[in-house]
Amino acid sequence: MSHNNALLDFENVHVKVEDKEIVKGVSLTIHPGEVHAIMGKNGSGKSSLSNALAGHPAYEVSSGTAFLDGKNLLKMSADERSRAGLFLAFQYPVVIPGVTVANFMRTALKAHRGQDADMSDFRKLFRAEMKELGVSPDFATRYLNDGFSGGEKKRIEILQMAMLKPKIAILDETDSGLDIDALKKVAEGINRFHSDQTGILMVTHYQRLLDYVKPDFVHVMIGGRLVKSGGPELALKLEDRGYEWVEAEMSQGSGK
Amino acid sequence: MAGDTHKRKNDVASINEDYATKYGFHDPVDYFHKGAKGINHKVVEMISKMKKEPRWMTDRRHEALDIFLAQSIPKWGNTKVLSEIDFDNIYYFMKPIEKQQDSWDDVPEYIKKTFDKLGIPDAEQKFLGGVSAQYESEVVYHSMQEELKKQGIIFLDMDSGLREHPDIVEKFFGTVIPAGDNKFSALNSAVWSGGSFLYVPPGVEVKAPLQAYFRINAENMGQFERTLIIADKGSRVHYIEGCTAPVYSTNSLHSAVVEMIALEGAYIRYTTIQNWSRNIYNLVTKRSQVHKNATVEWVDGNLGSRLTMKYPCMQLVGEGAKGEILSVAFAGDDQHQDAGSKVIHAAPNTSSRVTSKSISKGNGRSTYRGLVKVHKNATNCKVSVECDALLIGEDARSDTYPTMEVDNDQVQVEHEARVSKVAEEQLFYLTSRGLTEDEARLLIVNGFMEPFTKELPLEYAVELNRLIELEMEGSVG
Repeated sequence: MSHNNALLDFENVHVKVEDKEIVKGVSLTIHPGEVHAIMGKNGSGKSSLSNALAGHPAYEVSSGTAFLDGKNLLKMSADERSRAGLFLAFQYPVVIPGVTVANFMRTALKAHRGQDADMSDFRKLFRAEMKELGVSPDFATRYLNDGFSGGEKKRIEILQMAMLKPKIAILDETDSGLDIDALKKVAEGINRFHSDQTGILMVTHYQRLLDYVKPDFVHVMIGGRLVKSGGPELALKLEDRGYEWVEAEMSQGSGK
Repeated sequence: MAGDTHKRKNDVASINEDYATKYGFHDPVDYFHKGAKGINHKVVEMISKMKKEPRWMTDRRHEALDIFLAQSIPKWGNTKVLSEIDFDNIYYFMKPIEKQQDSWDDVPEYIKKTFDKLGIPDAEQKFLGGVSAQYESEVVYHSMQEELKKQGIIFLDMDSGLREHPDIVEKFFGTVIPAGDNKFSALNSAVWSGGSFLYVPPGVEVKAPLQAYFRINAENMGQFERTLIIADKGSRVHYIEGCTAPVYSTNSLHSAVVEMIALEGAYIRYTTIQNWSRNIYNLVTKRSQVHKNATVEWVDGNLGSRLTMKYPCMQLVGEGAKGEILSVAFAGDDQHQDAGSKVIHAAPNTSSRVTSKSISKGNGRSTYRGLVKVHKNATNCKVSVECDALLIGEDARSDTYPTMEVDNDQVQVEHEARVSKVAEEQLFYLTSRGLTEDEARLLIVNGFMEPFTKELPLEYAVELNRLIELEMEGSVG
């Protein structure tokens, strides 16, 4: 059952992609105000977990339970999850030709609010958020992710998060492809968004985003399982020593 | 009358239910001169006589009819659907009782209501240079601003054009599209009625777009409007026409001819959106002749119909002539949009650009059929053709038949063709932002059409988006 007042709470989640099990029983509870990080190498299953939680139809949750703010996540479609307060910042944001960032943003806000946003309120908010993220105003009229650099795409993801104000944000490799300035801007954006009402789950290979967005909990994912959890110091240790020592610990553990 | 209306409503409801609620509107019209079905020399004589036409036009009609009767239907394109047309079961002429109107106040209320649904009054108030709206086979409302008259611009329905300016009409009529061009241009030349006649004198710039709306509104009625646009030397004009059709049970034929002539240094933009009801065969011939340093831009949107065959053609006949065709076709269930373009480079330093976008949904089918011909003397030409097809659903179909005939080697040619599907990744991205799948698909389609839509005046863009939204409803699966 759902934990009291948890924003995101999932238990023993298994995820299949094309009938192959990628995530093999993962449990996590995120309360309001908490920042969690799942760290793992490529292929560890962390992006599959993110996609499955956001409702990607190709990622099937074959068993387990998941609740978003007390509601059964697994019974909701991707758009219902979004409107219920879940946000996924994509590792590879998708190009939508011919749809401007501003038009897309208004359409998404309308979907969330059930009515058109007031045009001048929208503009004010949108411009302010773009400015905060160091996004040039001409991006408003550019086609969504079309010809954007990696860093620009990630900033636009964070811009969307800031505008949609989810309860829980899953950030899938948001730091990848960013130079240090872009990384700082993105991190500032995440920190501005975060409050004691919101939860964040960062999914990352590297520790460097965690220098700027401080996690309360760090989890290590290997082979589709969360094998180790700890505080921020765990991330530093991973950065310092790589994932091998965790793997070594595991095999020792299983050898006993 | 009430009983008649009631019966018609039932007809509409029983035929094509969801379409009726979407676009189905038609008003009771008392058909005075409904004539008989079928086509022969007697009908042609009657049409010409009723219009009190000069003898040369009557003779041309008869000649055209002979050509029509002698020619078989095209052996290419969707021959299966073409062969469904029963030419003996079509009215070739009719005329509503309402006489042509001079002012908006005199326009009957039911016509205004129809215009309301098309959003015309707004357009009228905002920027109209002049409105001529064809209702049935003849123009019933025509307003022309004083300013147009002062500038010497002639903007009339084609019948009035022939009556009032026979010299200009005789000089240009049928010079770009002769009756014998194809079976359907022959038919139009024999039985044409209505359409627009536009002449812009040398050096005159028409600031606001000129608009005309066409509709078909009689069961089994063929509509054969004829449009002739002449932009004299150094003049500029933007002409717009749009159509929506009410719903009827039996198949109907629309076969228009549009001829445009841009004389030296002139500029014509021709914008059209056609949205025919799903039972209509839309077989039109449209062509422009572009003289020295003149420019013609063609913005052409095609929705609806059972079958559309339409290939706007540009003949670049003078040195430095430029032509551009931007088109969109939307093929929904049981529809075939066979559209494309023809560009003939017949002079040096001419350039053309064709951008063709098509959307096929459900079991809809779209075909791009294009020809670029560069003559031997047409050196230093630039040719660009881009075809972009979007498929929605597993049964949607798109075919591209581009033909290039280049007879000299001093030509720069670019050609690109793409077929894409609405990708699952795009849908997931948009739904993960809270849009339903339908909303996501609609946004993707609107984005795909954006290069076209942004060329339209605002009202048209809004209307087109609304039509697409209706077409896209419940498109899942």
